[in-house]
Amino acid sequence: MLPAIPNILSLTTFLPLFGAIVILVMRAMARKDDSEVIARNAKWISLWTTLITLVLSVLMVLAFDKSTSNYQFVEHYKWFGPISYHMGVDGISILFVLLTAFLMPICIAASWDSIKVRITEYMVAFLMLETLVIGVFTSLDLFLFYIFFEGGLVPMFLIIGIWGGKDRVYAAYKFFLYTLLGSVLMLAAMLYLVTTLGTASIPEMTAKLAAAPLPVDVQGFLWFAFFASFAVKMPMWPVHTWLPDAHVQAPTAGSVMLAGILLKLGGYGFIRFNLPLFPDASEMFAPLVMALSVIAVVVTSLIAFRQTDIKKLIAYSSVAHMGFVTMGIFAGNAVGIQGAVFQMISHGLISGALFLCVGVVYDRWHTREIAFYGGLTKLMPHFAFVFLLFTMANVGLPGTSGFIGEITTMTGAYQWGTWVAFVAASGVIFSAVYALVLYKRVMFGVVTNDELKKYPDLTAREVALFVPLIVGTIALGVYPAFVFDFTTTSIDALVAGYRAAIGG
Amino acid sequence: MLSTHAVAEIAHAAAPVGALSSGAATLVTVAVFAPIIGAAIAGFFGRRIGNIPSQAVTTGLLFLSCILAWTNFIAHTWGGQADFTVEILPFINIGDFQSAWSIRVDALSSTMLIVVTSVSSLVHLYSWGYMAEDDSRPRFFAYLSLFTFAMLALVTAADFMQLFFGWEGVGLASYLLIGFWFHKDSASSAAIKAFVVNRVGDFGFALGIMTVFWQFGTINFAELFPQIAAYQGKGWEFLGQTFSALDLAAFLLFIGAMGKSAQFFLHTWLPDAMEGPTPVSALIHAATMVTAGVYMVCLLSPLFEYAPQAKMIVAYIGAITAIFAASIGFTQNDIKRVIAYSTCSQLGYMFFAAGVGAYQAAMFHLFTHAFFKALLFLGAGSVIHGMHHEQDMRKMGGLAKYLPVTYAVMTIGTIAITGLGIPYTQIGFAGFFSKDAIIESAWVMHNTPQGMFAFWMGILAALLTSFYSWRLVAMTFWGKKHWEHGHDDHHAHDAHGHDAHAHDDHAHDDHAHGHGHAHTPHESPAVMLIPLVVLAVGAVAAGFVFAPYFIGDHAHDFWGHAIFTAANNHVMHDAHHIKEAWVKFAPLVVTLLGMALAWYFYMARPNLPKKMAANEGPIHTFLYNKWFFDEIYDFIFVKLARWLGDVFWKILDVKIIDGLGPNGAAWTALASAKKLVKTQTGYVYHYAFFMFLGIAGLLTWVVFGMAH
Repeated sequence: MLPAIPNILSLTTFLPLFGAIVILVMRAMARKDDSEVIARNAKWISLWTTLITLVLSVLMVLAFDKSTSNYQFVEHYKWFGPISYHMGVDGISILFVLLTAFLMPICIAASWDSIKVRITEYMVAFLMLETLVIGVFTSLDLFLFYIFFEGGLVPMFLIIGIWGGKDRVYAAYKFFLYTLLGSVLMLAAMLYLVTTLGTASIPEMTAKLAAAPLPVDVQGFLWFAFFASFAVKMPMWPVHTWLPDAHVQAPTAGSVMLAGILLKLGGYGFIRFNLPLFPDASEMFAPLVMALSVIAVVVTSLIAFRQTDIKKLIAYSSVAHMGFVTMGIFAGNAVGIQGAVFQMISHGLISGALFLCVGVVYDRWHTREIAFYGGLTKLMPHFAFVFLLFTMANVGLPGTSGFIGEITTMTGAYQWGTWVAFVAASGVIFSAVYALVLYKRVMFGVVTNDELKKYPDLTAREVALFVPLIVGTIALGVYPAFVFDFTTTSIDALVAGYRAAIGG
Repeated sequence: MLSTHAVAEIAHAAAPVGALSSGAATLVTVAVFAPIIGAAIAGFFGRRIGNIPSQAVTTGLLFLSCILAWTNFIAHTWGGQADFTVEILPFINIGDFQSAWSIRVDALSSTMLIVVTSVSSLVHLYSWGYMAEDDSRPRFFAYLSLFTFAMLALVTAADFMQLFFGWEGVGLASYLLIGFWFHKDSASSAAIKAFVVNRVGDFGFALGIMTVFWQFGTINFAELFPQIAAYQGKGWEFLGQTFSALDLAAFLLFIGAMGKSAQFFLHTWLPDAMEGPTPVSALIHAATMVTAGVYMVCLLSPLFEYAPQAKMIVAYIGAITAIFAASIGFTQNDIKRVIAYSTCSQLGYMFFAAGVGAYQAAMFHLFTHAFFKALLFLGAGSVIHGMHHEQDMRKMGGLAKYLPVTYAVMTIGTIAITGLGIPYTQIGFAGFFSKDAIIESAWVMHNTPQGMFAFWMGILAALLTSFYSWRLVAMTFWGKKHWEHGHDDHHAHDAHGHDAHAHDDHAHDDHAHGHGHAHTPHESPAVMLIPLVVLAVGAVAAGFVFAPYFIGDHAHDFWGHAIFTAANNHVMHDAHHIKEAWVKFAPLVVTLLGMALAWYFYMARPNLPKKMAANEGPIHTFLYNKWFFDEIYDFIFVKLARWLGDVFWKILDVKIIDGLGPNGAAWTALASAKKLVKTQTGYVYHYAFFMFLGIAGLLTWVVFGMAH
């Protein structure tokens, strides 16, 4: 039996923030001309902080009781009015905590040499981002949730706006504009909920609404307000156009966090709020969500096929893959929702790794133009293997986690409506086209560009970044039960509640 | 770790659990996993340990696997070993959607195990010689072993998920091996084409799996099969239409089979797949992977038996493919493409056999075909090797003297594929037993339109098969030499370069061969000839040795419950008692006729085919260009996808969504802010910070206000 660590949830959530403070204090105390030392210390402090956070979240996962759908490691302190400091995780959110803690050290290590300016601020921004994102998954109070949810944008906004590419300001602006739109609506809906129900506690709210559902028209408005915010985050078609720009401009680690974690906030929100709080509205709007999901799968896959920028291509591919998530969630059955959670975890690993792959070539040649490359397999065989593996995972090859997410969400959607599965399954063909064509253009053929011969294969640091992602992708692809064992009880309870509410 | 329990394939024949030793379970487990261990060693450590150790470890483990597979097969066939399933690890576990990594052992999988491991081990061995000059040998052998593992996982699956894993796993290996010489654009394009066309098939396959799951609440074969009979006559809603439930499920699954087995409409990838090294063509694109579709239909016989419409479609598609591919085969000049179309055509035979209910005959032809087709491909590889990468048969001729062993085994392979044998006796080459059984089965069903169609197409395709097979032998080994002595191989590429026509049409198997000596054809080394001789023995003997078990007196005991035939299906029985003598003799007659025609056109009047080709008559053009399938598909799908992608991107995303959204006039209010942030990066910092403070402050104020 593991020793129970008191307040492990708060500890995990706020440790990165603490690390950020340590860095700032360290800088304040250091001499001004020691900038190199400061930068080095900032990196090491960040790495150690994120690694300890990872250890804490692993301990939490090990101590987690999978047999109950109740929230665990709960911390509940009255604050003021209806608001309290209320934290806890269930079988769904704990996996996202783990995913965040898992990706963060990789992000820090990925930025080790590629970030050259304002290194201290960069590390602080990432650590703050970690606290805020983990907070989204651990908070059980609406107020807390909102702070974390919106707050998480700020460091991301900074990461793109300061360390981004040449059009970073436009990208950050677009990113902000879209998310603001959703946030305002969600804020209004949250205030309505808190005033009507007299509590800001998410579990209490869920229980109250399950016992006495809101009228369908009210549900509809509230559902839509939440949907607006989460749909932008996913992002769903047609509010996705900020994502390709944000990715293209973001530094590599920023893209990893964006694709790996921030996109999952939307899906998590749907599962935590839309489905259980407004079941009738969810059922009513399901056709809309399904339509947007399959459009995302097909349309953005076709768009991805035409891209000339590697990163933009992968960004569009992310939109397509998120389409599977939304269709799984609103299928409203266990296979679909479990599949959706799995797909989010899996996509976190795969897209994170793909953006790291882009980072590998960008760090060397400073271009993302596909046409610049060609024949890299001959020069970088190790990279060729890694990139191929994640390309295959991205196209959903069985044996990788990508497959499990796709087949389960489609199976879930099939029950809701066969046409959804039909269109989504055709998207699987397109994904093979754009992913393999990209791989061919970059990796196959003869090396015609002598520039490409200048740099070596993967460095030891880069290999170390990829190894955990490779292990994760394959392990989840072969033994997805690791995820399903956690999610089953929580999602079965969710589905039972949803089915009871919509009467079938 | 291994929990062994005997699962009867169909619930009624529960095998005695105690009768099974755990030894049998361990044996097949090792047989299945040995190749992946070899693949991992050669793949990850190949550079470090070197070429020969990589080759030795993969080949050695494959032979081990092969010996174990045969041990299992013997125990099954003659030792009375009961069917069983080894469960290794849970796979997917969501409610009823339960799948486990398993090894299912019954007649079907035992047969496939020996086919796959035998051909694979021989191909591994052959590649020692064929790939000797290639500098990526560890990678090549790793891919071959990876393929073998995926194929074994496919054939031993106990549920749809593992079947699909193997299915796409072999697709991955096929992609990697077709594109093995990745520096060639044609090779990597062909690899993508193979993967994508197979994905089209898998699209249907995946929908079929989902259909089965929501119909029966299980994806496990042993749980599924006993439920099917009770589901007859039920309807199922799909895309707004009500279909016969079982026909729909079977048809969707069959789309997967069409992709993998290169059947009509989804065949276009197979000829292009010849871009891969020839041993790959023999293993994957002739003997094993492409037969997975046939295997799947036979495995799912409990479903297809109750899906008459789907079965009919299988029969038609199979028969059409048999004749269609054969019709292209006799106009091609690339030695590998001829054999590729031949494979496509033979797979058509297997499918229409299954479509008329003769699953046993389909499996038997799959079995015999593996030997003689692998033989023909490896023989062709030996010719290509001997001719220094020449694949155009118009530049061969008279090679019998230079490649005597290759000539001998290719002749045996040709006799076997044309199915020469004496009706009413047990005398004949391998193809005689299996192909004639298929044609006779079709005849039994001649009172159905698909049976009649399949029968005549089968006869006609047999004529064409004999013609193009002997044409190949004639153009390659007989007659005059169409090559020159002393041609320096270093300039092989240039030589092809100015012959633009040949260059465009043919996949030159240009493995790094680096011969500096003159261009005189030479016989291949022993390491290549030994596999050829072993396969030649199979091509002669596989028919008469195994016919009693696959389709003869012992068939019932041999197949057990692995193949299900409905109570009204007497095809196999009736095929044994055909009264019409002409039906028995028809295949022999057309085979001899095809042989005579080939001799006439290519030996007696060798100028005639050249003239016909030069005239470019409409029929020749149509056939030579493969019915223009590639051109049509390119126009419909590839161009359309590009156009749609551009429209969705440049018009929908950029002009409409962004135009109305963030870049639009509606946002002029924020334009000043936009300019502000543009002026200095530092503003972003403040801007974001104030945004956060503002929102948080607002919230606090509202909530405070409400609380009081």
